[in-house]
Amino acid sequence: MSEPTTAAITLNIDGADVTVPSGTTILQAAGGRGCGIPTLCYGDTITPKNACRVCMVEVEGSRVLVPSCSRPVEPGMVVRTRSERVDHSRKMVLEFLGSSVDLSLTDHVDEWNAEYGADPTRYGADAATLADQPVKVDNDLYIRDYAKCILCYQCVDACGEQWQNSFVIEIAGRGFDSRVSTENDVSLPDSACVYCGNCIQVCPTGALMFKSEYDMRSAGTWDEEHQTVVDTICAFCGVGCNLSLHVQDNTIVKVMSPSDSSITHGNLCVKGRFGFQHAQNRP
Amino acid sequence: MDLKTRAAPPTDAEREAVESVLGPTPERSLRDVRGGHALKAKRHLLLPTLHAVNDRVGWISQEAIDHIAERLDASPAEVYGVASFYALFSMTERPAHQVHVCVDLACRANGALDEHDLPPGAHPSPCLGVCEQAPAAFVIDAGHVAQGVVAGHVTPVQIATWTAGATPSSADQPFRATAVPQAGDPSLVLLRRAGRIDPLSLDAYLGDGGFTALARAREVGPEGVIARVKEAGLTGRGGAAFPTAVKWDAVRTQAATPHYLVCNADESEPGTFKDRTLIENDPYALIEAMSIAALAIGATEAFIYLRGEYPRAEATLHHALAECRARGLLGHVGSEGFDISLRRGAGAYICGEETAIFNSIEGFRGEPRNKPPFPFQVGLFGKPTVVNNVETLYNVPGIVLHDGPANRRLFCVSGAVRVPGVYEVELGVTLGGLIDLAGGMREGSELQAVLLGGAAGGFAGPADLDLPLTPDATRAEGLTLGSGVVMVHDQHVDLVDQLRRIAAFFRDESCGQCVPCRVGTVRQEEAVERLAHGIDGTADGTVDLALLRDIGQAMKDASICGLGQTAANAIESAVVRLGVFR
Amino acid sequence: MVGLATVFGAGGGTSSYAEAEIADVIVMWGSNARNAHPIYFHHVLKAVNAGARLYVVDPRHSETAQFADRWLGLNVGTDIALAHTIAREIISAGLVHRAFIERATVGFDEFAAYVDDWTLERGEAVTGVPADAIRELAHAYATANAAQLCWTLGITEHHNGVDNVLSLCNLALLTGQVGRPGAGLSPLRGQNNVQGGGDMGALPNKLPGFQDIVDDLARAKFEAEWGVEVPAENGWHLTQMFEAMERGDLRSVFVIGENPAQSEADSQHATHLLESLDHLVVLDIYLTKTAQLADVVLPGSASWCESDGTVTNSERRVQRVRKALDPPGEARDDIDILLAVAERLGQRWHYDTHEDIWDELRRLSPMHAGMSWQRLDELGGIQWPCYSDDRIEPSYLHGRLWADDPAERGRLAPFSVVHDEPPVEALDDVYPLRLTTGRRLDSYNTGVQSGGFSSPNRMGETIDVSPEDASLMRITEGELVAISSRRGTIHAPARIDRGLRPGLVFMTMHFPDEVDVNVITIDATDPKAGTAEFKACAVRIDKLPVDIPLAAAGD
Repeated sequence: MSEPTTAAITLNIDGADVTVPSGTTILQAAGGRGCGIPTLCYGDTITPKNACRVCMVEVEGSRVLVPSCSRPVEPGMVVRTRSERVDHSRKMVLEFLGSSVDLSLTDHVDEWNAEYGADPTRYGADAATLADQPVKVDNDLYIRDYAKCILCYQCVDACGEQWQNSFVIEIAGRGFDSRVSTENDVSLPDSACVYCGNCIQVCPTGALMFKSEYDMRSAGTWDEEHQTVVDTICAFCGVGCNLSLHVQDNTIVKVMSPSDSSITHGNLCVKGRFGFQHAQNRP
Repeated sequence: MDLKTRAAPPTDAEREAVESVLGPTPERSLRDVRGGHALKAKRHLLLPTLHAVNDRVGWISQEAIDHIAERLDASPAEVYGVASFYALFSMTERPAHQVHVCVDLACRANGALDEHDLPPGAHPSPCLGVCEQAPAAFVIDAGHVAQGVVAGHVTPVQIATWTAGATPSSADQPFRATAVPQAGDPSLVLLRRAGRIDPLSLDAYLGDGGFTALARAREVGPEGVIARVKEAGLTGRGGAAFPTAVKWDAVRTQAATPHYLVCNADESEPGTFKDRTLIENDPYALIEAMSIAALAIGATEAFIYLRGEYPRAEATLHHALAECRARGLLGHVGSEGFDISLRRGAGAYICGEETAIFNSIEGFRGEPRNKPPFPFQVGLFGKPTVVNNVETLYNVPGIVLHDGPANRRLFCVSGAVRVPGVYEVELGVTLGGLIDLAGGMREGSELQAVLLGGAAGGFAGPADLDLPLTPDATRAEGLTLGSGVVMVHDQHVDLVDQLRRIAAFFRDESCGQCVPCRVGTVRQEEAVERLAHGIDGTADGTVDLALLRDIGQAMKDASICGLGQTAANAIESAVVRLGVFR
Repeated sequence: MVGLATVFGAGGGTSSYAEAEIADVIVMWGSNARNAHPIYFHHVLKAVNAGARLYVVDPRHSETAQFADRWLGLNVGTDIALAHTIAREIISAGLVHRAFIERATVGFDEFAAYVDDWTLERGEAVTGVPADAIRELAHAYATANAAQLCWTLGITEHHNGVDNVLSLCNLALLTGQVGRPGAGLSPLRGQNNVQGGGDMGALPNKLPGFQDIVDDLARAKFEAEWGVEVPAENGWHLTQMFEAMERGDLRSVFVIGENPAQSEADSQHATHLLESLDHLVVLDIYLTKTAQLADVVLPGSASWCESDGTVTNSERRVQRVRKALDPPGEARDDIDILLAVAERLGQRWHYDTHEDIWDELRRLSPMHAGMSWQRLDELGGIQWPCYSDDRIEPSYLHGRLWADDPAERGRLAPFSVVHDEPPVEALDDVYPLRLTTGRRLDSYNTGVQSGGFSSPNRMGETIDVSPEDASLMRITEGELVAISSRRGTIHAPARIDRGLRPGLVFMTMHFPDEVDVNVITIDATDPKAGTAEFKACAVRIDKLPVDIPLAAAGD
């Protein structure tokens, strides 16, 4: 995400003039996440690939809809965040995803389906789906449930150039067969994965998950309502990474990092992400 | 990146193939290793390296992937991600001898075997770009000297022979100029050398006025060239019809350097074969045209991105480029001069998209980029870049030498006409006039429909014979000239089958990056299949026809690139204009 | 900390992590940050991906070196020779920052004369690094707009670690690569609160806020706040304590959160000394090897998740740690334990909250004065110094050195004439291999904290050898071998590492219970900082006659 520069730009969004620094995206100008424009592949710490196309808006003079998460504002732009075309394309994207992958752990999907009248079941029982593939459990730290993957590219970008620079996973294949994969789909222990978990941090759909969370969900003991989240500092090495400890029943069940930390930008290494066990080997 | 070395080394053949592109494998240094940016700068050699291994061995093993990754400071997952993007590569073991049989639109209409009827060992292929000789097949023999032959007018018996291990001879390849029925006509401009001049002889080209346009361009300078191109009204022939002079001037005036020129010869639109025809018959003219374009935009490096299914065009260009370098017509001297690199695609329609082509050349997955920024600002290697279609460039030498409008167009006429081929006409000829030029309908054929512009185009009907083939007139009818495809279907052609193939084509060729196209092309094909089999559940197909409209609208509005935006066009036009499925 | 304090008067890294992102040349010297400081390395990679050149100086072609534009594989312990050669090249090529030297430093002429015979040729002969690579690094560093010079234990864990640091500081002074945005010296701390411990006065010669114990004014301030007399002489650092134990001068020791029985070089000797004490008290969250020797063990809490407080990181950023879990069983908050101990010793220290203790520090330590807990929360931590609660100082230190006004410029930075000394233990025919030590990504120190999670990449202790040596000694991957130094013998499986050259072998110290590497390391220490020479000792490797089961390793 490029830093907005100082020059001010005025545009019109849904009938109201808005003045923002140049370099701002339409989504940011409209109020960012939570402003009413749905987003899926847009994360806090990754330059969006704008692959999901759920945040599309109408810009006067543009032949096609434009992705609000990525398009920088221009002077005099006239933007409509809701219109027949906008609503139609959002509905279709929600249906396309809802009919091909498992969105059960994706935030807001039910409310958006209702708002845009999306009915993922209308493609029939025979509609091609990726939601029936088995969960990949090949190590004790995290699992990969690609039945839930919407191909937002965030894990690939977090593992790659934007943060971790490990490049252990890439998009492989093409079209509907595209999938996040190691080389030849080798298991994580056979890959160069360093288990930083920075892919889990950015995954918006629960496709990538701590093994501890996966096990508790499977056992029916995962209970977010009774979890606390406490921010503290990692005890390994001298970098001083910020941790958000998710605690249930006096036990750490998941470790994330605040995306607004100037040190981590939401990233950790394997020790910070998974090395908490020593604090809870309890009698 | 983090490396995890696997124990197994590549085979000698794999190592040699990699070295043929990347040079000798460096010795392990114990004290001093150069890496980082210097290694990463070689990433653009990934696609040629993958080709080298695939050509040599027939497939790309895990050991080869690891080795390539190490040589390029990329990760094995990245190399695999790129390799698995292209249909011509395999990461599972397969024989060195491969038979790819075209099952696409023109060949289907001309009696090609259906995908499901192919003998074991034959791979179904999208359009091979020899539609004038349909049906076609492409036989590859990997090895020390890899060989690829595209044969026309193939029979099931031939296919059976080839899958049994035989290789077609060069006699099975159509004669170069066969694709140009007008060959020798003195009024031709773009095709004037076809069949008249030996395409392998630089002397013949020079003797026919070759490189005089470049000399003239040097006299008038970049701005003079652009002024002439502007005056001639040249527009892009790839489909978008954007004014060429505007594109060139935009790059010429960009402060960022260097500037790049890319010739888009990834001709993959089903029914299109004009780039192949031009290159095979007159390769030096493309080199001259690119030299002029590079002069105009201030580029010293250019790329020709040629589709992987054109082995003879590739060999022709290789030869021509080498000849030009040998005579000093191409090549760098220090930082001066101009040279052209030839890049071969590997079976991905999407790489003809003007930004996907950058990613493919740079050694990444051939996924389109978002626009803006536009190629003239941020293009190849992040620098200002002009992408021109082959036919567009063939207009350039004539424009530089002579006054007058750029009003010649090429059409790829295939299907139920007497003499299919590439036709050069003045802009404004009607559809009926073009069919007449191609000898009219075949004996016993009656016109049922014409696919205009390829799979991304639309269907015209018998009522449209008076339609002038101009961008404006076709647009007014909701149609497009696209890449100049005029595929003429007679009463024997099963239009529903054609639509099924079009739907399958887009499902196969979607890059998968954006949701509307990745899933939309699948849902579109499913609806077309249900309609084709009458299992919509409603007597008149209203549910699935409505679904097709919904899907098409979303793909058109919300897809990242032109592939998704046009993936519903032909099906929609068949339903609306021809009443298919009604 | 000693080296930086000698030159600049403050013992902290001069730059912020984010400044690495705007540097155009980054030198990682004796630092395998990819493994040891992965998130700092993210900032480095941001710069690299934006075009910055990365140089890595390390005997091993490490995980970090894999990202480098150029790796310089020097002989172990020749860092000063390499620094001097770089300095000489910068001077002789006319690339020194003349104005900065004149304005901000002292001792240049003497230094220049001293390094004058460190030609590229001599540098290559001593360090083993090709002259061309040394020259490239020298020119890149000197001509960078903003260069970062980072180091870790590869510089400090030598018998002359402080001199190593001083020799690197010389390079920054020569070129003006300090005191500006993006330009600076960044030592990366090995432990999570090494910096904070120093900040809080856990140094033998300092009070909190790096105020000298021997400074009467400073001491008077603390005496007034605490109502007790503070001893006026410097204490002992760890190595001096062990020497005092040896002499019998130190008979009673309180160990808090350290495991010297395993972490000290020559651990057998250290254990013996600890055993011979009159009284040993250990406060820890584990029954460590040291705790097992103790007369009294006080079960403490994990400070990062079972207690409230602050830590300071390698960019001098003070950040809050917060209690997320209740400590198990009878374990108590360390502060409660210290208060209780104080009470038994006759002192009633009273604080209502942990924040009260912090506010006491703010009254006493000017560099922490502006850091209220509320501000720390709001700003995501604050870097020291922070003198006032309405201002934030620049994110880099020593901008004063560029000031026009001599008063503002303050104490000038001295060049240091330091001598190139080889490692204490020379190689010979009996012990022909150089053993150096380091960390792996998924483990930490002696493994007490990191051993608890199931890391798929954890391979246990190995002796890493070059392919050439393995082939010469007919050792295969995974084969259990004997590693001997003049102090002892241990067993470990061999691992063949293409990042090593012949003659160089590598081990970690993560698995002391299985393979006690510190049985063979040398206890030579730096007289100025007390840091042990973990990075260089002489060993030999012998094949074992028959396959010994791995469980017997280290016995």
